Amino acid sequence: MNWTELAISFFVLLGGLFMLIGSIGLARLPDFYMRLHAPTKATTLGVGSLLIASMLFFSIKNSMFSIHEVLITIFLFITAPVSAHMMAKAALHVDTQTLERTQGSEAHQAATARKSTPSEADLANKQEGSES
Amino acid sequence: MLKTALLLVNFMIAMALLLSLWRLIQGPSLADRILALDTLYINSIALIILLGMYMGSPLYFEAALLIALLGFVSTAALCKYLLRGDIIE
Repeated sequence: MNWTELAISFFVLLGGLFMLIGSIGLARLPDFYMRLHAPTKATTLGVGSLLIASMLFFSIKNSMFSIHEVLITIFLFITAPVSAHMMAKAALHVDTQTLERTQGSEAHQAATARKSTPSEADLANKQEGSES
Repeated sequence: MLKTALLLVNFMIAMALLLSLWRLIQGPSLADRILALDTLYINSIALIILLGMYMGSPLYFEAALLIALLGFVSTAALCKYLLRGDIIE
């Protein structure tokens, strides 16, 4: 047992643990806006740590510095917050139910108010329709 | 030792896949299902990377990169569909 194998096993176990914690949070938390936190943070970290392990593994196995795993890491670290933001906006738009103790209800009320009052484009369309 | 760790983590990620599948089936709202699909594709990237390490072949990275790209595009398309009622206007 040499120390490189120990380091690779440590990173693999860390990554698996983070993935499992993220999915347990997805399954167990009570509210959508709470559930949004668990996978988008913990799972990204888990994949990053697994990719560090795989970089070490292939660098040692082929005795050549292997860098192309960084592509997946960079891509996931860029896209995970973007997709979380888009999912939160979609949930606000379809009026997902929240618990009483979920904070930030102002944003929820603002979204529902924005949806119930007609926008300026709708009003312009309506006027054109009544004139013709 | 590495083989044992890889098998153990394989089991953990299989459990994570089952938990997010449960949320995908049960999820009370549409946004929950989109979130479960997002978690499923990230979990499958991890599973493919583990398979590549277990087999000792670097060929699996292209598959993982493709899944990452297409997963983000599918999440964005589903959110766009919920927001606007249409994907490409």
